Amino acid sequence: MTEFDAASAAVQAAVDAGARYADARVMQRSYESMSARNGEIEELTQHESIGLGVRALVGSSWGFYAVPDLSDAAARDAGRRAARIAAASARVPGPPIDLVPTEPVTATWASECHIDPLGVPLSDKGDLLVRSTRAIREHGADLAEGLYQIWDTTKWFVSSEGHRIDQRIRECGGGISATSIGDGETQRRSYPSYRGQYGTTGWELVESLDLAAHAARIAEESRELLTAPPCPAGETDLILGGEQLALQIHESVGHAIELDRILGWEAAFAGTSWLDLAQLGSLRYGSELMNVTIDPTIPGALGSFGFDDEGSPAVKRDAVREGRWVGVLAGRDSAAVAGLDYGGSVRSDGWARLPMVRMTNVGLEPGPHTLEEIIAATDHGVLMDINRSWSIDDKRLNFQFGCEVGWEVKRGRRGRMLRNPTYTGIGPLFWRSMDMLSSETVAWGTPNCGKGQPGQTGHTGHPAAPARFRNVRVGVRA
Amino acid sequence: MTELELAGQVVELVRRAGGPDAQAEAVVTRADLALTRFANSFIHQNVAESGVGVRLRVHVDGRTAAGSGSEVSLEGLRALVERTLAAARLCPPDPAWPGLTPPTPTAASGPVDEATAYADPDARAERVRAFVEAAGGLEAAGYCRTTHRSSGFANSAGQSAYGHAVEAAMDGIARAGGADGVARLCADRLADIDGAALGARAAAKARAAVAPVELPPGRYEVVFEPAAVADLLQNLSWYGFNGKRHAERQSFADPGTAQFDPAVTVVDDPLAAVDLPFDVEGTPRRRLALVEAGTTAAVVHDRRTAADAGTQSTGHGITGGASFGPIPRNLRLLGSDGTGGDTDGIPGDPAAGAVADRDTAALVAQVARGLLVSDLWYTRVLDPKSLVVTGLTRNGVWLIEDGEVTSPVRDFRFTESYPRALGPGRVLGLGRRPVRQPDRLDGVWWEAPPLRLAEWNFTGGASG
Repeated sequence: MTEFDAASAAVQAAVDAGARYADARVMQRSYESMSARNGEIEELTQHESIGLGVRALVGSSWGFYAVPDLSDAAARDAGRRAARIAAASARVPGPPIDLVPTEPVTATWASECHIDPLGVPLSDKGDLLVRSTRAIREHGADLAEGLYQIWDTTKWFVSSEGHRIDQRIRECGGGISATSIGDGETQRRSYPSYRGQYGTTGWELVESLDLAAHAARIAEESRELLTAPPCPAGETDLILGGEQLALQIHESVGHAIELDRILGWEAAFAGTSWLDLAQLGSLRYGSELMNVTIDPTIPGALGSFGFDDEGSPAVKRDAVREGRWVGVLAGRDSAAVAGLDYGGSVRSDGWARLPMVRMTNVGLEPGPHTLEEIIAATDHGVLMDINRSWSIDDKRLNFQFGCEVGWEVKRGRRGRMLRNPTYTGIGPLFWRSMDMLSSETVAWGTPNCGKGQPGQTGHTGHPAAPARFRNVRVGVRA
Repeated sequence: MTELELAGQVVELVRRAGGPDAQAEAVVTRADLALTRFANSFIHQNVAESGVGVRLRVHVDGRTAAGSGSEVSLEGLRALVERTLAAARLCPPDPAWPGLTPPTPTAASGPVDEATAYADPDARAERVRAFVEAAGGLEAAGYCRTTHRSSGFANSAGQSAYGHAVEAAMDGIARAGGADGVARLCADRLADIDGAALGARAAAKARAAVAPVELPPGRYEVVFEPAAVADLLQNLSWYGFNGKRHAERQSFADPGTAQFDPAVTVVDDPLAAVDLPFDVEGTPRRRLALVEAGTTAAVVHDRRTAADAGTQSTGHGITGGASFGPIPRNLRLLGSDGTGGDTDGIPGDPAAGAVADRDTAALVAQVARGLLVSDLWYTRVLDPKSLVVTGLTRNGVWLIEDGEVTSPVRDFRFTESYPRALGPGRVLGLGRRPVRQPDRLDGVWWEAPPLRLAEWNFTGGASG
């Protein structure tokens, strides 16, 4: 029995049990992570998982059931159970649900991968982390951490409409960090970001980071931060590095444009959105420099795929064009409720999780400047980079983010280092204050986006470059 | 084959493949997890899964690796053993390996409530229906979940253990004119989850939160309801009472020092619920006092951090603990009468309004001017050592004047050091009885009474 056979059996059983639509995903995932601390391997974990999840739509009610068994009997039982759960959902019914059309296709897709990350010897991968963290310690940090993670996922998708799609997506990445501990506080510097950089690529991504070459610098900077002056409190011009801007996009744009949030489907947990569908196409989200796309077709970016987890093909769309809100992240059912004609952003974190609206690659198109030009054009401000903390309200409006490091900017020059830099604001006001944007775009990968109940961890990508924002409140502290 | 037999089989496979000196520990867990989710007053997501997982850790030739999988056929277990042994042999040496848990008796799990363990989707849907109906026309959203795990542990040192965990939880909001009210509860039995009572409570609070005023940021005296206090316990747990962070000087915790107000006593009490009686390393779990009358009493350990600190594991080994460290996940802030939790329901009048129970009412009555806070949201640590946290209020804030709630207030952002806020002289009152609050993960809960604090540092309004 093939994986497609199991998925087909589950779908057929759900339809036989009364579903007017059903789909099933068989997913096999190999995961490997290794962490090092202070020059020694701390933990090596390898996880193998395969199973099937089936979703059934009975009337206008959904049910989902998952099982780690691909036998014909187990698959059929899962389909029947999904339909039964959907019937129970009808005890508390909602409005009619439809699905926007998507072409039923038979297709195969795979992410590009030059060096199979699971094929690289563990000893080589371990040596990289040991060497890097040892160098961090040798250069004065109290705590040196290194981490890589690898996911190798194959999916087989079948729907009652005739989809039959298999995809193999290989993802990996890694990073290092240095922590220095002072009296009553800690200071951390990371490269290239706290958990590292990730993409739908092979081990060539990790090799390109050249982790060990940055070990001494981050160690020394973490120690230097302990005695650096604190970020002053007040309003000033704020320059964000690309990694922090990626986080800013993720939290204050990506989640805000999720259609399930806008429709209230996440109201009790992840929250809603400040966006109102009646303003789609007209609302000013940010300055005219703000062009945000939803683009799962970017080669190597962490949120890329060939088809989403309900069979919609990867398509690039605008979310914000010249500062105006024009698009959302949607699924087939949420799009139908909203009167839109596209889905394409539904993903599930493994076979045991319900597919739901998730970010793909949500990022800023490049601007006309460089970081050095932005600094040179700033008379008085703070440059902040590499996220350390992030908090935003349930409507995705009020945020407060902290960075690992800040630098004073005076009369067009980067000056002394500042510790504990934080900034706070309201999403659309903040984005409307963006007046300079760099062309130095990197597609940052976020491998830890939490959403859903039961919880799901999403992998998202965020093309971003340094940018300047005017009159931002900085230096918030306890 | 039972979970315990499967775990023993894995250990035996390691012995055969890795030789008599190979050390191994295996945990096999079967789980039935179900969650019925509602929004806009209808069930929009309804999921269940039935599965089994195996976790294996081996130490061979001085090297350590861990592997896990979802395949428990003999072929699948052999593959897991082979790849984990192969991984270990390729790893650098692990000189800090603390050894396996020796044979140690473990307590028996509490009785399994079969109506919870094997609850059907109709049983959860009925509670959702009751919640929605009790919201009285307000929009309602939330979830009802049931979970059942049975787990067997075996290691090559001769330790073996078996247990099970059962939990039911409901968490929901009612929404009135842009204001939300919340009610949540975690219990050993689904029968103890009263959807109608929770829905009525959430609706009453939502109605009382309509048309909030905006107050200036600043330091306010506060009364936190149990949902908000749960956030304090969670952050103290992850960043303070974690034995690894303590060893690395990244924790504020200083055992033996009076770091909290004398009113504060915190215990980790995993077996107060129907839960597994051993941790992922097979060490028995037990009640452990972390703060006694304001004095920090202990941090928690797994075998590795315990060996490093020259002490014994407290039974807090978790998957991923080598990186994150051991974390207590069943914390209770004792109430003013020193009792354990009230899991039979929420005491008080469930339809009163902003103040929905007698414990909270008693604390509110003592406040000359302050804020009543239902819930905290998206809290993130700015610095782990001082445990300075930023976050927002959610699901209801009210102004208290002269002992009475006078007005709903718009949400605030805060930036506050949690240990400082709970420090000596800063806890002005506790409710009598803790109420168990569910976590995002089943098996994890936080039990707290309402809490009155001298001040809390609100650093901005949610509108700017």
